[in-house]
Amino acid sequence: MNVVRRLLTAMVVVFLVAPLVVVAVVSINRNRYMDFPPEGFSLHWYAQLWNDVGWRDAITTSLLVAATSAALAVAIATPMAYVLCAYHIRLAPLLYSLGILPFMLPPVISALGALVFWNSVGHSGRVENIIVSHAIFFSTLPLITVSLAMEAMDPSLPEAAQTLGASPRTTFRTITLPLLVPSMISGYAAAFVLSLNEYIIAFMVSRFSVVTLPIKIVNDLRYGFTPTIAAVAVVFIAIATTTFALFARFGNLLRFLGADPAILERQR
Amino acid sequence: MSELRRPSRGTWAVLAFPVGMLAVFFLVPFGIMLATSFYHRIEGGFYTPAFELDSWRRLLHGVFIERTLFSIGICLLAGAVCITLAFPFTYFLTRMRRRPHVTLLVLIMSALALSEVIVGFAWSVLLGRAAGISNILVWLGLMDEPAAYQPSFLAVLIGLCYIAFPYCVLTLYPQLTRLDPELTEAAQTMGASPWKTFWTVVVPIGRPIIVAGFLLAFVFTLGSYLIPAFLGRPEHWTLSVFISDQATFNANVPFAAAMALFLTVLSLGVVGLVTWIEGRTRG
Amino acid sequence: MDVRARGSLRLEGLVKRFGDVEAVAGVTLDLPAGKLISFLGPSGCGKTTTLRMIAGLERPTEGRIYLDGEDITDRPPHLRDIGMVFQTLALFPHLTVAGNIGYGLRIRGVPKTEIDRRVNELLALVSLQGLGDRRISQLSGGQRQRVATARALALEPRLFLLDEPLSALDANLREQLQVELRLLQQKLGITTIMVTHDQREAMTMSDLVVVMNQGRIEQVGEPLEVYRRPETAFVASFIGRTNLLRGEAADGVVRVAGRPFDVVGPVVAGPVTISVRPEDAHLHTTQTPERNALPGRVVFVRDLGELFECYVDCGMDEPVVVAGSPRERVHVEQGQPVGVSFPREACVVVEG
Repeated sequence: MNVVRRLLTAMVVVFLVAPLVVVAVVSINRNRYMDFPPEGFSLHWYAQLWNDVGWRDAITTSLLVAATSAALAVAIATPMAYVLCAYHIRLAPLLYSLGILPFMLPPVISALGALVFWNSVGHSGRVENIIVSHAIFFSTLPLITVSLAMEAMDPSLPEAAQTLGASPRTTFRTITLPLLVPSMISGYAAAFVLSLNEYIIAFMVSRFSVVTLPIKIVNDLRYGFTPTIAAVAVVFIAIATTTFALFARFGNLLRFLGADPAILERQR
Repeated sequence: MSELRRPSRGTWAVLAFPVGMLAVFFLVPFGIMLATSFYHRIEGGFYTPAFELDSWRRLLHGVFIERTLFSIGICLLAGAVCITLAFPFTYFLTRMRRRPHVTLLVLIMSALALSEVIVGFAWSVLLGRAAGISNILVWLGLMDEPAAYQPSFLAVLIGLCYIAFPYCVLTLYPQLTRLDPELTEAAQTMGASPWKTFWTVVVPIGRPIIVAGFLLAFVFTLGSYLIPAFLGRPEHWTLSVFISDQATFNANVPFAAAMALFLTVLSLGVVGLVTWIEGRTRG
Repeated sequence: MDVRARGSLRLEGLVKRFGDVEAVAGVTLDLPAGKLISFLGPSGCGKTTTLRMIAGLERPTEGRIYLDGEDITDRPPHLRDIGMVFQTLALFPHLTVAGNIGYGLRIRGVPKTEIDRRVNELLALVSLQGLGDRRISQLSGGQRQRVATARALALEPRLFLLDEPLSALDANLREQLQVELRLLQQKLGITTIMVTHDQREAMTMSDLVVVMNQGRIEQVGEPLEVYRRPETAFVASFIGRTNLLRGEAADGVVRVAGRPFDVVGPVVAGPVTISVRPEDAHLHTTQTPERNALPGRVVFVRDLGELFECYVDCGMDEPVVVAGSPRERVHVEQGQPVGVSFPREACVVVEG
């Protein structure tokens, strides 16, 4: 059993890490063309990311889209999660499903929906379209994190505030909201990272006129590999890993992923 | 129900923004998409309002049926491979000490967050002729000259497994952490080996979540666009690729809309099945 | 106004239904100002729901609530002038000790220096001087309880409500804090309503005990009076332990298992239930008296050192329990035939 466990774990780690290692190795290759083993070491392709106007624009566009769409996603999800958990509403399961649905369905469906929507509104190919579509698609993530925080919160806390003279509004501002902030941040981080990486919705909504980083990568790949693409990939991997490592360090990653709280005690 | 939980007029006002956003930017587009599927397509990229069943009729044609069956087949296969590996892996993971546990979770989450663009690119490098597995084998003297393993069916399958595996782990994770360790300990005190315990206690208890995880992985891979597009030839394209190809390069939006609605029904059906399974095991 | 005159409460026909379930089924009660009143009963008896209606956290389905003669039934909790300690304590985890205690003052816009002064006063009141800057997570269970108490008293409310305030603590600390809380309440003279399922706690702390069962009041009275003169079989067995002897009354004479019993209180013809506390019963190893006694056989002996108990099968549904201090210990063995006598003053006729 022990052998099987080690073997399986090792296999999974190799499977998950191998392509990333290859990409990392390619990214520091001095040669213009990809080859293996690499010949010489160079960070030239990383500098290219910032020096080349095309890449720089794609990066700034992607960061803008990710930052604003994640904020909008949190703004959509937080009041929804709060009301659905704090109040007794008959429609709650239905509304919650509505919030989960976009993310559950294949993204191409949201992508096509957004495409026909912006076409019929006569406002297509704008960066704000991507922002809104991403916000809707990824609002599921903060919806889940904030809902979990609401469920974990002692219902006596707002009641205690009220017996101390706080109106419902004051209670929300001074008690509930401050306690939800960590879950809003983790929801934001998750939406941010996924938006940064999202291709198909951005591609179909942009109608070739807005170029995000994933779109730029795909476009360039049509003309063949370059180590610059590998460099981008490495940056992406670094961002994602750092985000989740920080999450694990400062937030409660295990709880966020739905672990039984008891497990946290067991493993101390 | 507590007095504080009774919704007031203010409560509905607070709900108005999120529900409004979801309605305008998700439900309305859905409605438009439904309408568009009945529109008349004009050769060259446009469509005009009409009511015709042409696009829906095309769903009965050979190409579409072939794509559908292929998509379902390869995604079922990917889901099966993933769940077979992910279930024991996740079970071991939940029983690890804290440090490797968190480290592996960070790895899993990072892999899940990776853009399909990057996954597709990385595997095309790894399976390619220029800087991939074959080059390592040549370098080690195990092969004479490098070979390309993509585009191919196997490459698509590996790519789909790569994106679905972390997803599978995360769907299994909450339930498996709740599996009482005393259950397996009890089985072992009764003389069952760890293997026997795994097969006679853990797997039977986990059966509903295995089925649920498998189906969710299936829906997830069904949504993949870039993996089949990158690592496969056109005959390896799944519905997602086919739909976006129709909508963008072929400019046949009504047909794409009809296919997207079909895909919605298919996905919702599977998700509904999962919910039913979960509801049944809980009740 | 004199502080002792504030905080008299009147509950009038309170009913609370949750769907088909009637949690509180008509409670009418006058609670005097300045006293500590305990609502005592098993879980689900409606005591917490009643307290929450007084706090305004639940709206009564029927009935009115008057505070100092004023109808407050429809007033939301934040306008009721109450302080409450919750079962979970409900301390705000994102605020410090001082932040928690001063919360009510801060949201009222009291100047900072005034808040600091008052918080220090309250910290001293609950013996937590110098801990104002601590985070809640750094406190022990007993300290948390004190912070919750100080926070509830910060606004000098008319009513002090306690919902199982000590249930999170272990037994020793619990007994200690029961005394502390009671002394604090007496010092402040604040009308206090406490919900508890622990009869020892209720007996230790209260001026008045309200025993509830299935949404109704079973008995109201001073703790010892309720213990000595239970009105119903439920009260008798919930407050302390008791022996219930089922018998029959005819022609003014009560008979249990055919033997005559003299009892306290009036007797009506028909089935009669008599409650006798274990410590009031006596063991006889030689001869069983004619009146107020039953013959039996020893089933089990529990000798705890500080307490001696003997279980005797007298042909009732349950064994009769005889308890006494070690000094009165009688040497008996399992299976030995004995007699148990029940003095007249200890035989209380109860309902049910």
